[in-house]
Amino acid sequence: MKKKAFTAVMSMALAGSLALAGCSSSSETSGDSGSNGDKTVVKMMHLWPEGSANAQYSIVDDIIKNYEKENPDVDIQTEILNNEQYKEKIKVLSASNELPDIGITWAAGYMQPYVDGNMFAPLDDVLEGGLKEEFVPGTLEAFTMEEKTYGLPLELNIAPVYYNKEIFEKHNLEVPTTYDEFLNVVETLEKNGVIPITVGNKDRWTGSLWYMYLADRIGGPETLNNAINRTGSFEDPALVKAAEEIKKLVDMNAFVKGYNGLSNDEAKGYFMNEQAAMYVMGTWELPNYTTSPDVAEEFKEKIGYFKFPTYEGGKGNIDSFVGGPGVGLFVSEASKVKDESKEFVSYLVEEWGKRSVTEAGVIPATKVDTAGTDLAQMYIDILDDLGNASNITLYADVQMSARVADVHLNQIQALFGGQSSPKEFAKTQEEALAAEK
Amino acid sequence: MKNVMSNKFVITLYTLPALLLILVLIYIPVTLSGYYGFMDWSGMGEMKFIGLENYATLIKDNMFWTSTWHSLQLAIFSTASLLLYLGISLVLASKIKGSDLLRKIYLIPMLLSSVAIAQLWMKIFDPSNGMLNKFLGFFGIENTPIWLADPNVALYAIFIPIIWQYAGFYILIYYAALKNVSDEVIEAAKIDGANAWQIAYKIKLPLISGVFKVTIMLAVVGSLKYFDLIYVMTGGGPNGASEVIASYMYKEAFKLNNFGYGSAIGFGLLVICLLMTWLTSKLTKSKDDDVQY
Repeated sequence: MKKKAFTAVMSMALAGSLALAGCSSSSETSGDSGSNGDKTVVKMMHLWPEGSANAQYSIVDDIIKNYEKENPDVDIQTEILNNEQYKEKIKVLSASNELPDIGITWAAGYMQPYVDGNMFAPLDDVLEGGLKEEFVPGTLEAFTMEEKTYGLPLELNIAPVYYNKEIFEKHNLEVPTTYDEFLNVVETLEKNGVIPITVGNKDRWTGSLWYMYLADRIGGPETLNNAINRTGSFEDPALVKAAEEIKKLVDMNAFVKGYNGLSNDEAKGYFMNEQAAMYVMGTWELPNYTTSPDVAEEFKEKIGYFKFPTYEGGKGNIDSFVGGPGVGLFVSEASKVKDESKEFVSYLVEEWGKRSVTEAGVIPATKVDTAGTDLAQMYIDILDDLGNASNITLYADVQMSARVADVHLNQIQALFGGQSSPKEFAKTQEEALAAEK
Repeated sequence: MKNVMSNKFVITLYTLPALLLILVLIYIPVTLSGYYGFMDWSGMGEMKFIGLENYATLIKDNMFWTSTWHSLQLAIFSTASLLLYLGISLVLASKIKGSDLLRKIYLIPMLLSSVAIAQLWMKIFDPSNGMLNKFLGFFGIENTPIWLADPNVALYAIFIPIIWQYAGFYILIYYAALKNVSDEVIEAAKIDGANAWQIAYKIKLPLISGVFKVTIMLAVVGSLKYFDLIYVMTGGGPNGASEVIASYMYKEAFKLNNFGYGSAIGFGLLVICLLMTWLTSKLTKSKDDDVQY
């Protein structure tokens, strides 16, 4: 009889633990948003936990505290998850239409389903009255759909060409400004047994950066954008020409051996070990060449950057960059405290812009005044270039829907690997884009 | 005690936790994924019933059959490598010096996580700085292969760490089975004048054939479902050259937000697994089998 009772208890305990495992724990789950006593509660979710992204966490935390001080009737409650968990949770919350009042989103293709599902509030009224002008041109556009802006970008990255000055000096090379000079650099390095360019094309978007630059320099910034938004064609001669140039670089052995099997991190290793001379990557790499305590000082001093050279007879100019905003803030359409949320969002964006570079090394999407800051020189140069940028072309795979982006990225890998000819490369993507509409 | 165990209520109670677990974790999800296969669903938002459309696409989908072929190649390959493991176990079990130490060495890869193994082998396969190409270069080979970046080689390159990874597991099983073969039988054979080869082939192997069949089944089904090492090492690339069914399913469902179709692939995988299990048990069946699957 005792045994019977024991089994009963055991099986109940088991069933109980099963039920418990189904519930997820979260750091702060206080009641519904809305008024809480005499305070208006605004719920916000972001993805910079104190442990892994301390600098960003502190800035946001500080801004919230200041805002609450200035607006004593508002109480901002945060829930913080790290990147992957955040993406998961937002997906789940959106399915049950329970998004937080304020949250973080990614641009273009990522936010499309949310905008289609009417889950994000348009923020155009927030941008009126000067805020719009604070943003670097091209950044808000990535969060704009059908003439309405649904997100305020917090980060901006462009992709310059980083190079190893010491290797260049050793082979008497100068920073190239035209594509012919660039090809000459590649040829010289290759002849002397140095890997000219490292690219981790297993990740595919890495090779896409190279293709996008060539497409921009040859066809101007509109050609590729038009092909993607269907006012143009991917079989435009300029886009085929850009693919031919990639093939030429491949034939010249410009890229590190086995690039299609290397991840971006592995490829980066070749640059950090000074085996490769050039590397195109987003400005999120800047800390490695300036402030990061994990990288040797001598190495940092050797690294410089240049703008992707111009192509003779091409339409693009040297001040056009490939890049794009990172994350942005959204306000939920279903929020009961929409006005308060919008007010805080605009406050947050402005304050963030003043502090993110100096305190976290993150380039904000708003213009930065570099005077009087003690930023590393490379940051100042990049920020100046950004100020003078004629155009920023958003990463092609971000512009496209998930399915077309997959075709694009596969074709990039096939073009680099020689499985697709430049013509097939253009044709396959044209077909994928055409099938979508 | 006897009384308790013949009580129907108690029997139910004892089996209930396991039954619940297997229902919640296996059978319900399997049924659900078959059901999701009828839907056009992005993983969030609303589901739309589209009948058999996903399954119809699946049958015509070249990439699905390519990845199935890759999975089958892996199954054939890992079944063949069982012979290698068996050979090693026969040597290890025959009381050679240091067999204990060797057995432990073979077991180590099994203790590493798949991701660690993948990272390790990615370093080995690195085209310029990797151990393998450095080694080949040492012997004067100039055009060393680019391994994981070459669509014709990538899949086979990944097979090597997979053999290495599972060596310990199968060797352990065979070793235990061989140790179970009673010494009297072997001694009797020796007295009759059988040599070591004959003892292995005529005595030991028939006596462990049941275990051998089980391992074939494990290898076939395990290979068909195989995912982790491939996903980490190449992500199915370059250009789908190393895509297997499970990685293709993952890509459709989670990368391309096509949950409905991903579920249909998952269901296809289940059907293929069942078919192969049936086929394997047919092929390996003999009259005096005491193990049934």
